[in-house]
Amino acid sequence: MDELGGNAFRTPYGLGCLLFFMEDNMQEKFKSIIGNAKIDVENVCTTKELNELKVKYLGKSGEITSLLRGMKDVSPEKRSEFGKMVNDLKVEVSEIFDKVEKDLKEKELMEKFKSEAIDVTLPGKKIKTGNLHPINIVKNQVINAFSGMGFEIFEGPEIETDYYCFQALNIPKDHPARDMQDTFYIDEDIVLRSQTSTGQIRVMEKKKPPIKILSPGRVYRSDDDASHSPMFHQCEGLVVDKGISLCDLQGLLDEFVKLVFDKQTKTRLRPSYFPFTEPSVEVDVTCSKCHGKGCSLCKGTGWIEILGAGIVNKKVLENCGIDSNEYSGLAFGLGIERVTMIKYGITDIRTLFENNVKFLKQFDRR
Amino acid sequence: MKAPLSWLKEYVDICVTPEELEKKLFSCGLEVEETIYFGKNIDKIVVAKILKTEKHPNADKLTVAQVDAGKYGQLQIITAATNIFEGALVPVALDGSTLFNGEHIYNGQLRGLPSYGMFCSGEELGINDDFYPGASVNGILILKEDYPLGSEVKEVLGIEDIIFDINITANRPDCQSILGIAREVAAVLDKPVKEPAYDYVATKGVSTVNTIKVSDLATDLCPRYMAHYIKDLKIGESPMWMKKRLFRAGLRSISNIVDITNYVLLEIGQPMHAFDLNDLEGNQIIVRRANNGEKIVTLDEKEFALSENNLVICDSVKPVALAGVMGGLNSEIKETTKDVIFECAKFARDNVRKTARLLGQRTDASSRYEKGIDANSAEVGLKRALHLIYQLNIGEIAEDNYDLLYEKVENKVIKTTISKINGVLGIVVPNAVIENVLKRLGFGVEICGDDITVTAPLYRDDIEDYPDIAEEVIREYGYEHIEPTMLKTARITAGGLNEDQQKIADFKTLLTGYGFNEIITYSFVSEKEYDLFGFDKDSDEYKYIKIMNPLGEDLSVMRTSLLPSMCRIIASNIKRKNNEGRLFEFAKIYNPKTLPLKELPVESDVVSLGLFGAEEDFFTVKGVVEDLIANFAPTADVKYITSNKKCMHPTRSADIMINGECVGFFGELLPMIADKLDIDKRVYVAEIKYDKFKKHFDGKIQFKQISKFPTVERDLAVTVDKEVSWADIVDVAKANGGDSIESVSLFDVYTGDQIPEGKKSMAFNMTFVSMEKTLSVEEIDKNISDILAALKEKLGAELR
Repeated sequence: MDELGGNAFRTPYGLGCLLFFMEDNMQEKFKSIIGNAKIDVENVCTTKELNELKVKYLGKSGEITSLLRGMKDVSPEKRSEFGKMVNDLKVEVSEIFDKVEKDLKEKELMEKFKSEAIDVTLPGKKIKTGNLHPINIVKNQVINAFSGMGFEIFEGPEIETDYYCFQALNIPKDHPARDMQDTFYIDEDIVLRSQTSTGQIRVMEKKKPPIKILSPGRVYRSDDDASHSPMFHQCEGLVVDKGISLCDLQGLLDEFVKLVFDKQTKTRLRPSYFPFTEPSVEVDVTCSKCHGKGCSLCKGTGWIEILGAGIVNKKVLENCGIDSNEYSGLAFGLGIERVTMIKYGITDIRTLFENNVKFLKQFDRR
Repeated sequence: MKAPLSWLKEYVDICVTPEELEKKLFSCGLEVEETIYFGKNIDKIVVAKILKTEKHPNADKLTVAQVDAGKYGQLQIITAATNIFEGALVPVALDGSTLFNGEHIYNGQLRGLPSYGMFCSGEELGINDDFYPGASVNGILILKEDYPLGSEVKEVLGIEDIIFDINITANRPDCQSILGIAREVAAVLDKPVKEPAYDYVATKGVSTVNTIKVSDLATDLCPRYMAHYIKDLKIGESPMWMKKRLFRAGLRSISNIVDITNYVLLEIGQPMHAFDLNDLEGNQIIVRRANNGEKIVTLDEKEFALSENNLVICDSVKPVALAGVMGGLNSEIKETTKDVIFECAKFARDNVRKTARLLGQRTDASSRYEKGIDANSAEVGLKRALHLIYQLNIGEIAEDNYDLLYEKVENKVIKTTISKINGVLGIVVPNAVIENVLKRLGFGVEICGDDITVTAPLYRDDIEDYPDIAEEVIREYGYEHIEPTMLKTARITAGGLNEDQQKIADFKTLLTGYGFNEIITYSFVSEKEYDLFGFDKDSDEYKYIKIMNPLGEDLSVMRTSLLPSMCRIIASNIKRKNNEGRLFEFAKIYNPKTLPLKELPVESDVVSLGLFGAEEDFFTVKGVVEDLIANFAPTADVKYITSNKKCMHPTRSADIMINGECVGFFGELLPMIADKLDIDKRVYVAEIKYDKFKKHFDGKIQFKQISKFPTVERDLAVTVDKEVSWADIVDVAKANGGDSIESVSLFDVYTGDQIPEGKKSMAFNMTFVSMEKTLSVEEIDKNISDILAALKEKLGAELR
């Protein structure tokens, strides 16, 4: 039937102008079919009812199809025209149905959506992500800051010989500087390293200047209270090249504290003593809480001590076979726990090692 | 080191406030750890005269006193003290006053009578007999002098002082003395130092050499020994000024001669000792190493057995002092002492340190010797002590003395250049500043062009080279002059993580992506963990390194497994009602090559995983392990075999075999261990030996062409004996599924109705694809029938 549906007749005019060929009763019949279809369609509420209506009019035994059965009664010369007219009728009725069908489907879809409505404020399915320990978050920040400035990362052994931990760093046996740290001993010559400065020696023995090394890791001291842990983390930094000075030390540390704390952070050097550096300095940063105004965190001074540093002692360079007339170096040693505690406002170092899940999950923000 | 401001003022005109001085000292490297405002609390305690005393009408033990408090008028004070009397001058705490300890005193009623204040004892004023005679009395302090009534007691007695507790760095032993600190104060204030007096007049005919023989038989441990004879000592109390100073520094007055040695220790930093000549048998002093087993009883009545490592001062038969540590009880100064030998020596610092530590006998003297005293100090100290004897006129001073000197006493001279000094600093400090600063610090300076010659004072043993000079210059000139630069002369280097380090970072990132939180635990554990976790006595885990001086048994051995620490953390979390969690630790284990250690142990990276909570089971931990392997060693041959680790559930744990090597294990923790740790849940753990695992890493990404032809899927369900493992089915299917078999994945395991006892049904999906063509139904059918036949033949599988 479809092939009869030419576009040329798909207008009411086309249909109307052909009607005069038809016998009167047939024309009436056509009109009433269209009229009925229009009335029927008005009462349809669902696509199911519409489909039933389609069958009634357009189905195999529908009214329009049955019109074609009357073709045999039409004179042969008019059959072709009659066929076209029936087909046009079919198109017209179909269009009536199609229009309704489109509206109905839309309506039904909206109803379906409505029935599927959910409370968008209900919680989402929990995505379980983890995160690094805050100490390592900070350690990575330190590593990133210095990586960008050309520092390689070196991790030496934690169980060390007395030589690397002390003697090569200009701390002979029974030197009073050993009182600065209470060291764990395995035997007389093997210790748990009390500082990552050991890394300085191990690197300088193997590598010649230019050297830029950051040596993070676990260190151990016989101490246990709210601000000391028998195991903690340090990060040693070492630069050896020509003409390294205290100005370079401060410049480097200025950059570093801006990256790890915030852009407003400033450093202050003040004299101190370490056997492996000369001159030696303590480095303070402006308090991250009050920005130098003075608060409880910085005990009213506006400054917080964060690391020890200095110009590498000539003897240390010589111990590693580096000519101290040609080269000089700077070194600094940072306590990661200390920075972590300052950064996040943690007051008891032991909190870091309890590993309470509720604590650990607080550090999941990127 | 405690330095009273009043004492410092004897050597320097201090023209700044204590707060300013503290700041200046801080910036030059003398950090004031605490400023003690001694007696600052005391307020409204005034001198009053007792006019009349009567018994309290309502109380036997109370006295009613009427006092004249000058401008504060006549007051009635009720007291329980019994040592007061009419006419006595006493301190009275008025209404609203404050005692030394900060306590406030108010008017009150005692047994019906009003009391307008309180009489004070010496203790309530923070003082004792050493500060004011009679202040230690158990009662009211009776004032000896005629002070104006109503005047503030703390002012008339001079109680108030400021004491700086200064942190002295190990390189500055010279600052372990009031004079040393005064020199630093003088330098920062740019004022001269007023040296204490050293002069004395000896008594003709009194000779040390003729009285005693002194010999040094251990010159390596005693490079300088000075001895000086004091005859006819008038032993007695020290003068008040000396007692007061000792009191301020926290020392008790003992007798004039002992006080002098302590005074010199504090003032000059030189330890001294005084022997009763009468107790020195054979009139001899011999400095020597102790004989093994030789004994000494020190002044504090403790006995020590000595060895040849200890230096002793002996008479002709016995030790009379532990050199540099403490004198012997057998030669101590007594009330009857008439003749005294002063010892003023330099002992080797490391030997004193060893002896003091070994014997657990650390004294003010030993702590100074340990830090080191300079070669000249003994001479200065002795002179000062002799001056004090002379000043107090308490004995006849010998004309001569012993000075056994076995090292050079000479000023260190550093010849260097201005540019080297400035090179360390990175700035150009004007020559005039360099010269001025060094001179202020007592250095001699000669500048000639770029050359500079610096002569260090004798007490500056720490000065060795130009960096030391640079430090002296900048700490006085001020670190604020340093101008930050970014390594302007250094060469550019490539930084960052190396490949191994990056892999570890990636590994951790992956774990956090699986929902794991990183933990960090101590590297040392209790020895008991090894038995609790059932490590075999002959396993690597059981060979652990012990710490000689651990903080406690719980932290006494270096761990060889991360598992115990992980389980402890899980236990503590569960105890705190954290009902679920995924934890990992990435840390080292320490395996000795030999025990005891002959060389450094092997430190290797290990990862532990711990999973607990309702959603966790064997397969969640296995999923993690599998994904780690899929990420890092995708092409490795991986097998899982039931583990025989004693700490693991015997049928729910597996060893991870990669290319035939065991790289770790995972599964359920043995319930009995969980019980012992008070864990009431099933806990899943894994330990992966990262260093072994990483040998199999092949995670290099290489693009693989994806077939243009369709992928065909087929499902099969077979019934097999329960013992048949999924891994076997995969192996057989892959081996017999032709070239086009791409994957075999399980989607169901079923036992129960419809499946015979002892059997299980396994349903799985297979995909087939070819790079060259669209696979025909016949080809796939052939593959499937081959697989089924092989499964039947090798594993007895029946198609369901």
